[in-house]
Amino acid sequence: MSSISRRDFNKLLLAGSAGVAFGVFGSGSQGFAAQKRVVVIGGGFGGAATAKYLKKLDPSITVTLVEPKAAYATCPFSNWVLADLRTMPQITQTYSALAHRHGIKVIGDTATAIDPVKGTVTLKGGRTLGYDRLVVSPGIDFKWSAIEGYSQALAESKMPHAYQAGVQTQLLHKQLHAMKDGGTVLICPPANPFRCPPGPYERASLVAHYLKKKKPNSKVIILDPKEKFSKQGLFTKGWQRLYPGMIEWRGATTGGKILSVDGAAMTVKTDLGEVKGDVINIIPPQKAGQIAFTAGLTDESGWCPVNPMSFESTIHKNIHVIGDACKAGAMPKSGFAASSQGKVAAAAIVMLLRGQEPAPPSLVNTCYSLVGTDYGISVAGVYQFTANGIVEIPGSGGLTPIDASDDQLAQEAMFAEGWYTNIVRDIWG
Amino acid sequence: MPSYLQASLVAGMVAAASVTCSSQGYGASTAAGVNPRGQVLSLSCAGCHGTDGKSASIIPSIYGKSAEYIESALKDFKSGARVSTVMARHAKGYSDEEIHLIAEYFGSVGKKTGKTGGRK
Repeated sequence: MSSISRRDFNKLLLAGSAGVAFGVFGSGSQGFAAQKRVVVIGGGFGGAATAKYLKKLDPSITVTLVEPKAAYATCPFSNWVLADLRTMPQITQTYSALAHRHGIKVIGDTATAIDPVKGTVTLKGGRTLGYDRLVVSPGIDFKWSAIEGYSQALAESKMPHAYQAGVQTQLLHKQLHAMKDGGTVLICPPANPFRCPPGPYERASLVAHYLKKKKPNSKVIILDPKEKFSKQGLFTKGWQRLYPGMIEWRGATTGGKILSVDGAAMTVKTDLGEVKGDVINIIPPQKAGQIAFTAGLTDESGWCPVNPMSFESTIHKNIHVIGDACKAGAMPKSGFAASSQGKVAAAAIVMLLRGQEPAPPSLVNTCYSLVGTDYGISVAGVYQFTANGIVEIPGSGGLTPIDASDDQLAQEAMFAEGWYTNIVRDIWG
Repeated sequence: MPSYLQASLVAGMVAAASVTCSSQGYGASTAAGVNPRGQVLSLSCAGCHGTDGKSASIIPSIYGKSAEYIESALKDFKSGARVSTVMARHAKGYSDEEIHLIAEYFGSVGKKTGKTGGRK
């Protein structure tokens, strides 16, 4: 299995960014001149999938994966951890299979600069890596200053975002478990676009699941700057059925828009007044990960424009940007979408390195959300590349039916677990 | 019996059958003669069904099934003749020609690794 023991997990967390390296890198120069080199920055759903599928599709390519974390806690299923339905080790992936089974050079370091003309990546530790093609999959970064009073320091102490899984998930988990019965949990999602559109609402569901069992007089309030949200009808129906009266959603016109936060008072100021929380989860507005900005791969939106045929940057040649950091039209920013894009990029890179044209891309997404145990819902999408960019294929995809039977909802909950087992093995196994 | 239990029984049988052919390496997918379009279409399926369609969970394996079986299953999901939770929503995103390419790809993956080709 891809999950690891608690002891190993703690060890890996401590290892952090200490420059741990796996695999066989350092085996001399760049090898034969004809050997093609692809460097992948970022070991999440997008980057790790690209690295693995590059090797799968063409084992002759030298693939190097640069990722500072020795262990990667997935955002998918981190909400399950909050409700004690999973443990942190169970959602933590490592790079040992990629290094030892698949022959990928895994370097535990951070990319600090890219030279698109010379074709090199500079690492924090001082090394420079040359590439024929580069894949940038840095995920998201937060706009800390977008909410007055909020900061990285406040996120790490009193108001976690828990939107990059790991210590942030553990902090929010700890706060929920320390909260007294009758307390109020505030969940504050950002405006679109952001990572995992159904994520905050699955979080509200599973926090309510925990509270209903352990602290039944407590409440969840979602303060949302949006008019509507992902799977809204399905979530709302599920909340009414499973947690009547426990979850309150306030939207753009009903006091959901956050103006500022006060860490000392544990309050959130909205356009309709102040709201006090015992646990406050602020999910700040987002932008592409830092290296995308440093390398000049972003446009005015704060995300990276790409050619959907190959996910090659429209700004710099030979650099592909995938996952949350890229602008992928109708595709949501999800782990599944990132891995789908990673496979398309890998297949395209193999063809491009051979001097051939990539096949037209095929892109897919499925996002499961758990509303309660035995109560799963999903949204699916199949996408094609048209003159208007990446669009959903008419008549395909969509949501779990609003009138789905209890059997269907239970089945979707089981498939959600099955999906997680398979996708993490597909990427890190 | 609830439909999801039936589905899980079938899935369990498929998963048990596919255990014997795990850790096979990737030989098939890099072999010559793979249609690149069929391959790109099929790589998406692994996100739920596992690498090369080898599922380690309740989700049914595709690996080892014949091209004919996969093609008819996908067409039945698409038409609604076969009841599903999410597969109809996916299958409706593919033309019959694309379904044929996907079926051909998975049919060949199972065969070329020489373990369980053609099982229906």
